[in-house]
Order: sequence, then structure tokens, then C-alpha cells
Amino acid sequence: MKARVFVTLKNGVLDPQGKAIGHALNGLGFGAVGEVRQGKVIDIDLAESDAAKAKASLKDMCEKLLANTVIEKYEIELKA
Amino acid sequence: MKSAVVVFPASNCDRDAAVALQSLTGKKPHMVWHQESHLPEVDLVVLPGGFSYGDYLRCGAMASQSAVMRAVKAHADKGGAVLGICNGFQVLTETHMLPGALMRNADLKFVCRPVALEIEETQSLFTRKYEKGQRVHFPVAHGEGNYFADEETLDRLEGENRVVFRYADGDNPNGSARNIAGILNERRNVMALMPHPERVVDPLLGGTDGVGLFQSLIETLS
Repeated sequence: MKARVFVTLKNGVLDPQGKAIGHALNGLGFGAVGEVRQGKVIDIDLAESDAAKAKASLKDMCEKLLANTVIEKYEIELKA
Repeated sequence: MKSAVVVFPASNCDRDAAVALQSLTGKKPHMVWHQESHLPEVDLVVLPGGFSYGDYLRCGAMASQSAVMRAVKAHADKGGAVLGICNGFQVLTETHMLPGALMRNADLKFVCRPVALEIEETQSLFTRKYEKGQRVHFPVAHGEGNYFADEETLDRLEGENRVVFRYADGDNPNGSARNIAGILNERRNVMALMPHPERVVDPLLGGTDGVGLFQSLIETLS
């Protein structure tokens, strides 16, 4: 099974990189660009066929290592 | 005082810490590699500055999972003293031995210069040789030193007198919440700060303001 984990800063946590990207996009003439938030995508190959077990295991990985839950939130997407 | 300095791959202030400890204690510290699961019998463990594991994933995240950090945690759980400097602070927050997190500097720039700090708490084994409110100058050298914690945690840190160092007004180099530069854990045996006291222990290197921190530890732990 393949999984994709999205790690992003929690709402309300300042994201200076996102801000800089937003300014750069405005500078390129993309005037419609408002707030930009930046995050990480982590793709994981998992030797597990049971979706529920895979999800539980991935949640554990996020809590223990992949995300710093003081400042970040995460979303897990499973692919067949 | 017997001490150890932990060495991670890409630590780069481990030698600075060792030179400071040796010159002030007269004893060579143990250098402990990150794969060690046991620490020698020491009074103080120093987690030095640097870019442990290349800052992969997040600063300090990989180091927090290393074998040696389990031993460092056990040392702290027994009441042993732990000092985290710069990357050491990041490692200690990632290990949840200190609250909060160190984020990218608010202006996105790596900052490398001396900063003015105020010693806010002297009732600690790390700062007893300083005066309350004393102003000192330590260098900073980091890209991710922007201290963040939720309001409740910040209130608690202040209420329990666990904010030890604050950037002087107008000299906050990274956007840290409430100008926080260094904090203690609840038990007050683990302290970490972003600035580098070990780089100001010799007049030839620009100052001696950091000596008091090491003298405080020596006086308490010897």
C-alpha cells in the first residue's frame, strides 16, 4: 500500500516561507494570490494491505516523528 | 564537575563546548557519539550547536530519535543536569524534554551576530552566578530560533519563573515569542538557549559573558 502524508503548519502559526512565496507570486503579476501556506508531502510505501491498520500505523508515525504537533498538523491519504 | 558533550553527525559546536568545559573545569569532557546508548557517569550533559543529521525533516527531529537521547533523557529523569545550546535546544524540544518549538526565523534570514540578553532568572543551577536583570552579550548563529509555544504554555513558563534568558528589548533576532531566548524544564535541571555562551568564555574570542553560566554549574555540581 502507498500512502501520502501532508504536514502543514497549524492555523494561526506564522508561516514566513508561505508569506515570502505569496509576495513573490504577487511580484510575478499573479495579483489574485492571497495568503499562501507551505507544507511538506511525504510518500511512504507500506507493507500492509489492511487500510485501517495502515492508517493507524501512519497516524502513529505522524505523532512520533513526521509532524511536530506543537506547530504542525497532518493529513493521511491512502492509495491502493 | 564531570561532563559529557554529545556528538551528532553534523554537530559543529561540540568542540567549542568541549574547549569551554575543559578550560573552566580543568577536566576534559567525555565526547559521546550519537549511537551510544549509555552515558559515562557525569554531572552535566551538553547538547551542542550544529545541524544534527543535516536538519532533515525538522531541526532536531532525527536527533530526538537517536540512541543517545534515550540515555540523556534517563540522565535528566534521575535529576542530572542537561544544557542545550542552539541545535541542542531544538533537540530538547523535539524530545519533549522542554516545551514549545523552534521555528524558522521570522525574517527568514540566518542570523549570526552578538545579541544583548537579560538574565531573568538566577534561581537556577545554570545562572546563579549572574545578577537578576544583568545584561550579557552572547553570539547567536541560527536560521531556526524563533521560539513558539501556545499562550497557555508561555504564561506557565513565565508564572513558574522558567524563562531564564530573554533577548533585550529591540534585540530579538528571530521573532521569538515574548523575546524568549532560554528556558528551564519543570524540574529545573534541563535548560536550553539559542545563543552560544560557550563562545564567550575567553577575552581573545570577544568576551567572557558566558563564563558565569559554566561557573554556576561548576559551583552547584562539583
